[in-house]
Amino acid sequence: MAEAVMNYDEAISKFDPVLGLEVHVELGTHTKMFCGCSTVFGAAPNTHVCPVCLGLPGALPALNKIGVESAIRIGLALNCEIAQWCRFARKNYFYPDMPKNFQTSQYDEPIAFEGYLDVDIDTDEGRKTFRVPIERAHMEEDTGKNSHVGGATGRIHGADYSLVDYNRAGIPLIEIVTKPITGTGKYAPEVAKAYVAALRDILRGLGVSDVKMEQGSLRCDVNLSLRETPESKLGTRSETKNVNSLRSVERAVRYEVTRHAARLTAGDSIVQETRHWHEDTGISTSGRPKSDAEDYRYFPEPDLLPIAPSREWVEELRAALPENPAVRRARLVADWGLSEIDMNTVVNSGALNLIVEAVSAGVEPAAARKWWTGELSRIANDRGLEIDDVPVTPADLKRLEELISSGALNDKLARQALEGLVSGEGDIDAIVKARGLAVVSDDGPLLAAIDKALAADPAVAETIKSGKLAAAGSVVGAVMKATRGQADAARVRELLFEKLGVSE
Amino acid sequence: MSDLIRKDASELAGLVSSGEVSAVEVAQAHLDRIAAVDGAVHAFLHVDTKGALASAAAVDVKVKAGDKLSVLAGVPLGLKDILATNGLPTTCGSKVLAGWIPPYDATVVTKLREAGIVILGKTNMDEFAMGSSTEHSAFGPTHNPWDLERIPGGSGGGSSACVSAFEAPLAIGTDTGGSIRQPAAVTGSVGVKPTYGGVSRYGLVALASSLDQAGPCARNVLDTALLHSVIAGYDPMDSTSINSPVPDVISAAKRGDIKGMKVGVVKELGGEGYQAGVRSRFDESVALIESLGAQVVEVSCPSFPAALAAYYLILPSEASSNLAKFDGIRFGNRVGDDGTKSVEQVMSETRAAGFGPEVIRRIILGTYALSAGYYDAYYGQAQKVRTLIKQDFDAAFAKVDVLISPTAPTTAFKIGEKLDDPLAMYLNDVATIPVNMAGLPGMSLPIGLAPEDNLPVGLQIIAPAMADDRLYNVGAAIERELLAKWGGPILGLAPELAGA
Repeated sequence: MAEAVMNYDEAISKFDPVLGLEVHVELGTHTKMFCGCSTVFGAAPNTHVCPVCLGLPGALPALNKIGVESAIRIGLALNCEIAQWCRFARKNYFYPDMPKNFQTSQYDEPIAFEGYLDVDIDTDEGRKTFRVPIERAHMEEDTGKNSHVGGATGRIHGADYSLVDYNRAGIPLIEIVTKPITGTGKYAPEVAKAYVAALRDILRGLGVSDVKMEQGSLRCDVNLSLRETPESKLGTRSETKNVNSLRSVERAVRYEVTRHAARLTAGDSIVQETRHWHEDTGISTSGRPKSDAEDYRYFPEPDLLPIAPSREWVEELRAALPENPAVRRARLVADWGLSEIDMNTVVNSGALNLIVEAVSAGVEPAAARKWWTGELSRIANDRGLEIDDVPVTPADLKRLEELISSGALNDKLARQALEGLVSGEGDIDAIVKARGLAVVSDDGPLLAAIDKALAADPAVAETIKSGKLAAAGSVVGAVMKATRGQADAARVRELLFEKLGVSE
Repeated sequence: MSDLIRKDASELAGLVSSGEVSAVEVAQAHLDRIAAVDGAVHAFLHVDTKGALASAAAVDVKVKAGDKLSVLAGVPLGLKDILATNGLPTTCGSKVLAGWIPPYDATVVTKLREAGIVILGKTNMDEFAMGSSTEHSAFGPTHNPWDLERIPGGSGGGSSACVSAFEAPLAIGTDTGGSIRQPAAVTGSVGVKPTYGGVSRYGLVALASSLDQAGPCARNVLDTALLHSVIAGYDPMDSTSINSPVPDVISAAKRGDIKGMKVGVVKELGGEGYQAGVRSRFDESVALIESLGAQVVEVSCPSFPAALAAYYLILPSEASSNLAKFDGIRFGNRVGDDGTKSVEQVMSETRAAGFGPEVIRRIILGTYALSAGYYDAYYGQAQKVRTLIKQDFDAAFAKVDVLISPTAPTTAFKIGEKLDDPLAMYLNDVATIPVNMAGLPGMSLPIGLAPEDNLPVGLQIIAPAMADDRLYNVGAAIERELLAKWGGPILGLAPELAGA
């Protein structure tokens, strides 16, 4: 049942939204947080399990050091303080997807706390920076996954039976929690989306997670409340779960604003509850009621030692952090002389790092960008490859560009050479040789081809002579076709004009 | 009945390695003894005849091949049913785990197997190690070989009883608040709780993670040390295990020289509430220690009277969380799953039917102590007491090398006597609990029979963390004098069991 909503602009004119975002990131460690089981996604159910992650009687956790290192690096990248000393805690509640019926998490002693992330969004007054305050980033383990069989909704209600897959149980998670985000006004949806996008870029840059929202390696819960004015006290919040794309983050905030506003205006109160987001219909529905009195009986995990990262280690990790993606982006825009729109194309292609690598190998930025966002993106798309998996190295691109600038290859032939590369036909030079890719530089065959083209369309010579130089295109095209693309189009044009006695 | 069952573990190991007796003969002699007397004692929940004979045979093959053997190869052992054994039932004395066969071995079990020790079976215990009498086993109580109407101590009553009934020369116990030492005291055997972190807890089904520790049980100090050396050592699978060399307990057990040592008598662990015969045997031991050239002083540990109360907040808190996994979903008994009930109902019915009253009492206590609004007053406060207890020990060990006290306030009481009075039951561990709270090593050593009931009395020896060797040195010195005085082991005074 869809609930009543109010027009967004009207809602914003009446209320001030306050956001809170909780993001869970699955770390890309090879093994789980407390055991040696694989973390690879998509294995047959209950095959990546052992006594530890199944919580069998007697089994004990042993901490994954890479998990801790990743948590510290994430904390540093989010401008957090790193705890001198912290502990895990047990969060106790019964649920079949939790093998031990407690989750090993962190409670009042998170590994990272008090940070922020600046995000830029377009506003009516131009591009503007919002600072999102971060309360904490803490380590915990993921739960297993329930699937409910039978029944209409795939939910537990009405299901015939339920299955549990514990492959995911024990995969390291970092939960990143913002403080209440205020002062966004009508831009709350955009700020939320920009925050998650910026966070995703940072995590990808750190190499700590594959941050695939659709596979659940980055999951976002959206908390939202409305208050009458920025001076009023915080209103009751709802927590929307399952918001699994950037677009949904924006839509979910927008939807909750309109839903809260309608309720509040009608004199209804907001129920503090967990809500489920539905990507298809763009609405959320009520889940379980949640109260602050929910008692997880947290206490320090006695099976694990406290973690006291040395300051030397923390500083080492800080020094080795990659450049902040937003800062780097600004730098590259300036270095490469791009517009923001061009940069968006680059970032959206997923090839930013590949282009940076090509440029550092000596390829001109414009050329590297052209190949990666153009031909190579197309090839990846046609062949169902991730752009990162396209087997073209910076050295390949550099050689290709050398051949183009020497005139040995033209654009069309270069594209064929790339096809050859991706098909595994050897290196650029071998492909050029094997496929016979070479610009025809001898004028003889070109003149013969020009004559043939002019003979086939007798009127065109006169048209060109009369000054309509654009008509030359059809002749050049015919010559290129006749030489199977191996002619230098500029030379053909030159020869044609010479022959007809016209000058450009 | 073969006289092999009366031999010490070290002697048996020597006979096996020299080829004079086969390990299979040794195992069979003990299996025969179990068949003869365990109907009356009920030390074992599960006897693994086939597995025991197979591992004994494997030792014999090594003997024939002239392979180097470990110090206890071919010696039989009773294993407390709280340690996971691959392919063998592990019930923790609870119906909730009836029928569960673990797919893996506890680290202690792996070490026993690698040492060629022959595991005869799994020994009885209070359910999930909650108790001091083994009466809380879901599978019926164990009986004290000294008097079958009396308790063998607990929670590890099966382990202490099998050793003192000559069903096995060695046993493994676990000690959270005294569950190795108090049973040793009331059965006239030796038991050691090693330093917390000295023996891996991996595969030890947790009662209270910050207190639990597995340890050796035997009939004399040297055998206990030999077993200690087999099971101790760092284990990366247990984050709380200590990564440093195992104290040289074997040399200490062979040395037994306490001349010039400083021994502290804990003022708060004795006196009122302690049975007269316990006190008199303890006082004799103090005199004996002095006669061996050690200096005995009284030491006060003012926080100890609060230890029991704090323990009964920390233990149930941790236990309430540790025992949450027993819900019938992944392993063990499932109750009430008739296809009409929700998963919560099935979990709830499984737990209600699977757990006994003492376990339920402690889960409720712990759940309450950890609840929002009560945490600081109970769990938080108890942790502060724990810190004070550690400080008391630190101060004491600044003055003395070891501390001593009676192990338990009384000798073995009658089965049923304290079953309806949990507090009286809890008081049995008043002297052993502070040791667990501070993570220290402790030994119980038999020091004679109480004159009023002719039942064994234990002396508790406590050392600083990772100074477990001191227990064995002091224990061996006292044991040597007492054996001379008694003309043999005290267990020789125990009545012959019917059927044997």
